[in-house]
Amino acid sequence: MKTAAREGRAVAVEPGPVVSLGAGISAVAAGQLARVRVARGPLMIVATVQSLGLVILLRGIVHQRDTATAAAVVAGATILVVGFVALNLLAQRLGALKANHALDYYAALPVSPAAVVLGTAASYATFTLPGVLVTAVVGDLVYDLPMARLWFLLPAAATAALALAGVGALLGLLLPRPELATIAGQLGMTVVLFLGLIPVGHLPEVIRGLRLAVPGMLSVDALVDGLRHGSTHWLDAFVRLAAAAAYGAVALAAAGAALRRAVDR
Amino acid sequence: MEQRAAYLVRGLSKTYRGATSRANDGIDLEVPSGEIFGVLGPNGAGKTTLVRQLVGLVRPDQGEISLLGHDVIAEPRVAPRLVAYLAQEEPALAELDVRRAIETTGRLRGLSRREAGAATKDLLDELGLGGLADRPLTRLSGGQRRLACVASALVADRPVLILDEPTTGLDPVARHAVWSAIGRRRAEYGTTVLLVTHNVLEAETVLDRVAVIDRGRVIACDTPGRLKAAVDDSVRIVLVWHHEPPYDDSMVETLARAAIVEGRRWSVRLERSRVRDVLDRLTQAPLFDALEDYTVSTPSLEDVYLSLGGTRPDMDKQ
Repeated sequence: MKTAAREGRAVAVEPGPVVSLGAGISAVAAGQLARVRVARGPLMIVATVQSLGLVILLRGIVHQRDTATAAAVVAGATILVVGFVALNLLAQRLGALKANHALDYYAALPVSPAAVVLGTAASYATFTLPGVLVTAVVGDLVYDLPMARLWFLLPAAATAALALAGVGALLGLLLPRPELATIAGQLGMTVVLFLGLIPVGHLPEVIRGLRLAVPGMLSVDALVDGLRHGSTHWLDAFVRLAAAAAYGAVALAAAGAALRRAVDR
Repeated sequence: MEQRAAYLVRGLSKTYRGATSRANDGIDLEVPSGEIFGVLGPNGAGKTTLVRQLVGLVRPDQGEISLLGHDVIAEPRVAPRLVAYLAQEEPALAELDVRRAIETTGRLRGLSRREAGAATKDLLDELGLGGLADRPLTRLSGGQRRLACVASALVADRPVLILDEPTTGLDPVARHAVWSAIGRRRAEYGTTVLLVTHNVLEAETVLDRVAVIDRGRVIACDTPGRLKAAVDDSVRIVLVWHHEPPYDDSMVETLARAAIVEGRRWSVRLERSRVRDVLDRLTQAPLFDALEDYTVSTPSLEDVYLSLGGTRPDMDKQ
C-alpha cells in the first residue's frame, strides 16, 4: 500500500530554518516588551513598593545587631520582587494566552516551546531589575548590612528568576482555567513572601523541610549568606545557586512540554 | 502517474476529548503544488480542525499527512518551517503595533532583525498598511486588524500558505490587495495556497480547486466549474414573501416541500425545465401580490453542497 509520503514529492522540499533558542527568546521577549510598554511602569512600581514597604516595616521589630534576621528580611523582600513578576504575573499571562488560543501563533512558527516560555519569562524578568536593586540597596542601608557584597545580588536574583518563572509558567500552562492560574500565582507569591522573609531558624521543623521545594528559596538562602556580616561560605552559596538554576531549568523544560500539550487539545 | 502535491492527506480522523462525533472523519485530500485550493463548508464542518492538523498543531487519531515530501505526523515541527498559517484570530498579536506584529513574526520564521525590518516595510507598502504601521492592532477596525494579520502570514515567504478566512471583514480595496499579494507570490515563487472559507462567491472566483466538507467528511473535490456543472441542470429561485405564503395554492405547497425556509425567505432549487412554468405562475396575481421580492440565479457552490447532501445552508453568499 502506498503511503501519503511516498505518493508525494519524489524529492522533499528543504524546510526553512529552525529559529535558534537565543534568537527565539530575543524575538519573543522583544514582542512581549513592546506589548507591555505602557503597563511596565506601574507594574515595576507595584512590585517594588510592596517589598520596600516590608523592609521598612520590619525595621521596627528586627534589631540591627541581629544580622542573620536582617539579612533574611532583605534577601526575602528582594526575591519577593522577582516572585511578584516571574511567578504571579507570568502565570497570569501564560494562563490568558492559553485560554484565548494565542499559543497557536507560536506553535505554528519554527520556534521551540522553550524559547516561547523563556522569552516571555525574560521580558517579565526585566521589570524586576529596578525593584531588586532598590529593595536590596535600601535594605542594606536600613539594616546596616555590608554594601560590598551587593554584587552577589545579581546571580541570586537571576537564579531565583529562573526557578520562579519556571513554576509560574507551569502554573499558567497546566491549570485548566486562567482564573485558577491567577489564584495559584497569587498564592504562590504569598508563600514566597512568608517563607522568604521569615528566617529559617524561626520556622517549625516540618515546614523547614518542605521549604526548599518552594521556588526561589535556594536563592534566598544563598543571598542571606552573602549579605550578612561575617565570613560567607561562598562554595555553599554557589552550590545553592547552581541547585536553584537546575530547579529552574527543569521547571522551564516542563513548561515547554506543557506548552505543546496546551496547544493540542 | 505520480501526482506532485504540496499536501497529500489520507484517512485523516480526529475526535476531540469529550465530543460525541468526529471533527474529521476519514479525510482524503490532494493539494497540487502552486494551486489555490479551497476548503469550503459551513461553520462546524471540521475545516479548522483539518488545517490545525495540517500545520502540526493537533495530532490526528488516524491517517497520514505528507507535506512537500515530509511526514507531518512523524515530524510535526517540520510544518512551521514550510507553512505560514493564519488562524481565524491571532490574539497573540493583538496588543502589538502593526509593524511589530509583522516584524516579530518574520523573526520567529528565521529572518534576521535587518531582513525582518526590510520585509515588514515591503509588506506595509504592498498591502497599503503604511499609515497604520505604528497603531496597536487593538485600536484598528476588524478589517484593518485582519489585513495586518494577513501581512504577518505573508512575511518570510513560505512555499505553502494556509489561510483560515483571510478576507473576513475586509473592504473591497483591502480584499483586492490581499488577492494581488497572494497572486504575485504564486506567480513568482509557485506558492501553494490552502484557503479555508465559507464564502461561496470568493470560492468561485479565486479557487483553482475546492474540497467541500460537511460533518467532517470531504463530500466533493474538484474545480469550481466542474462541481457546478454537476448541478447545471438546475436554477435557484429565492422568494421573499410579504407575509404568510399562500399555502392554499398547489404550486406554493409543492415549492414549500423543496424550499430551505428562513423566515419569510424561501430558497428553492428547480430543474431548468420547470422554471418557466413556475415563474409564469409567480408573476401573476394573486401570487405576485404576495411576493415582496424574487431572484433567479444559476447554480452556485452552495447548490453543489446541498445537492451532495450538505445539511447546513449557512454558507456566506456575500
